[in-house]
Amino acid sequence: MRDPILALLAKEPAHGYELRQRLVQALGPPGRALNPGQVYVTLGRLVKAGLVAVEQVGQSSHPDKKVYELTAAGRDRVAEWLADLSWPKVTPTDFHLKLIAAAVAGLADPVALIDAQRHELLRQLREVQEAILVEPPDSRGGLLLEGAALRLQADIRWLEVCEQRWLDWSIR
Amino acid sequence: MSAPGGRPVVEATGLTRIYAADGVAVRAVDGVDLAVEAGETVSVMGPSGCGKSSLLHLLGGLDRADAGEIVLDGRRVEGLSETSWAVLRRRTIGFVFQSFNLVDELTAVENVELPALLVGASARRARHRAVELLERLGVADRRDHMPDRLSGGESQRVAVARALINDPLLILADEPTGNLDSRATGEILRLFADLRASGQSLLVVTHDARVASTADRLLTMRDGAVIGHTHLGGVAPVGSVLAGLADFGDAGGAR
Repeated sequence: MRDPILALLAKEPAHGYELRQRLVQALGPPGRALNPGQVYVTLGRLVKAGLVAVEQVGQSSHPDKKVYELTAAGRDRVAEWLADLSWPKVTPTDFHLKLIAAAVAGLADPVALIDAQRHELLRQLREVQEAILVEPPDSRGGLLLEGAALRLQADIRWLEVCEQRWLDWSIR
Repeated sequence: MSAPGGRPVVEATGLTRIYAADGVAVRAVDGVDLAVEAGETVSVMGPSGCGKSSLLHLLGGLDRADAGEIVLDGRRVEGLSETSWAVLRRRTIGFVFQSFNLVDELTAVENVELPALLVGASARRARHRAVELLERLGVADRRDHMPDRLSGGESQRVAVARALINDPLLILADEPTGNLDSRATGEILRLFADLRASGQSLLVVTHDARVASTADRLLTMRDGAVIGHTHLGGVAPVGSVLAGLADFGDAGGAR
């Protein structure tokens, strides 16, 4: 959760509750399962790691007086995360939030991110496909590879849907 | 890999095809540049309607471009008469279609030998070569079957044999696994891998990522134009799937 939170902070400094709201909104229905304390715990860790700076603001009307902001190191970390293609370490949820954060903060073109990820998955699929061809057609070992190929196919199809949707949004 | 004499087997420049749909001009293929080197497999992906099949039809002479140039085996296609173009493509291009396009009234072996007979091979030679190809593709036992007695995978293998009969410089495949189940798709992928190993050049239009991933290069099309181009061959993925499949998450040893 650290990287998505950092990326969602890239647009502008935010209160913890604003950040949580951005996250919930970006996630859609699964966001409702989000533990409210988790965002604050993560923010605390990011502050300790020097990636986020926290400022107390005198705002008597609201109990939340802390504003969080990316540090220079935090910005570097966000850039690194945006460029990280190592699927499935970068999960579909990560990737979805990556696109939203990149678009909102103007950090990168979501369509370019999707393209780069799609090419990586095609290379992964190629790796699996080559391994399948080395196996005899009906080997048991090939069955595990078959599963990996099907999952990659599904992920690539999802990326194609993402690409179409983000293109439509960018035209509007 | 480059062709003998260092030229691509096919090269297209500024290829454009405009259709009139309800009085509106649609640029189905819009200024596409493309080259396939000898021995290379290039795949073309893109959403349906992006123009990838139209592009294949232009390259294979099933349709004529409104603008642009095609050089096939070093010869400019635009200057050729219909007849010379037909002869050139019969000798240099093999087609594989999604729906196999076998002639229903002919047996498997008769389908395979037909393109050889059309370019003037003797009946004996054509039959000999057709049987050889059916054997190579593992469907020799189906040689006397009519197409409606063949499974999808068998039909496509017969169609690939037909595409190969005139020793084409280039195979053009349009969604070759579009009508096949997963097992038959696997068989066709094995077959294409064998063809590549024997130096065959292939241009494959597909929406099947599994098929596309096996190419050396991938072109992505949208709205008639090529919007992306990437090398898949020779570039390792950032994350190795095989390493991931063997990662049990307890690398620290027994605890």
